[in-house]
Amino acid sequence: MAEKVTLVMFSGELDKALAAFNIAIGAASSGMDVSIFFTFWGLNIIKKNEGALRSKGIMRKMLNIMNRGGTRRLPLSKFHMFGLGRWMMSKLMKDSKIPTLESMMEMAKGLGVKFMACTTSMGIMGISKEAFIPGVDSYCGVATYLSEGRDSKINLFI
Amino acid sequence: MEADDTLDCVGLYCPMPIAQTAKKLNEMGEGQVLEVLADDEGIKEDMPAWCNITGNEFLGIEEDGGEYRVYVRKSKQN
Repeated sequence: MAEKVTLVMFSGELDKALAAFNIAIGAASSGMDVSIFFTFWGLNIIKKNEGALRSKGIMRKMLNIMNRGGTRRLPLSKFHMFGLGRWMMSKLMKDSKIPTLESMMEMAKGLGVKFMACTTSMGIMGISKEAFIPGVDSYCGVATYLSEGRDSKINLFI
Repeated sequence: MEADDTLDCVGLYCPMPIAQTAKKLNEMGEGQVLEVLADDEGIKEDMPAWCNITGNEFLGIEEDGGEYRVYVRKSKQN
């Protein structure tokens, strides 16, 4: 049986997502089975870039306007500077031939990396399944993460 | 060193050289040797480590003015 790697993607920032997908692609390319459990702000990474987020209740509506998500809207965890930092970092990365987050996510899917979305966070924030990209493999809770994580040699919270 | 195929990863950073090596070796036959060209210094540690994980054979590395030629032999498929 292949070795397993489980990542908990809690943060919703571009730089942290890149680090997570870098590890995921490296592990999958080493023959390991990789699962990424997206929870809380991490759900922003797997939201579609297009379309409005529909949710019920004024607080959730406001939250989903402020916290729209999608790969193109993720901030940097440092030096975001209202988007200037992200633009500069993206330029540096492009000049260094680093793949974009979108292409890294596609590559990860191609290598069989599993995407799992936390239904509790979805419930709290009022995010429906329609908000997510088609690559999400399962919608689940902590028990699913634990059952993946207990057999994993590498288990990271990002 | 003689190689059956060459993979050009010059200008690419981690994890691309490893990911492309994995993909390329997948298409090659058992016992064949792949030459990987790279200029990210991390490859010196990464390729032996990757071979250690995957069971492929690390044959060696040649360095020439900031460019690396890395040789990997594909082992029996698991």
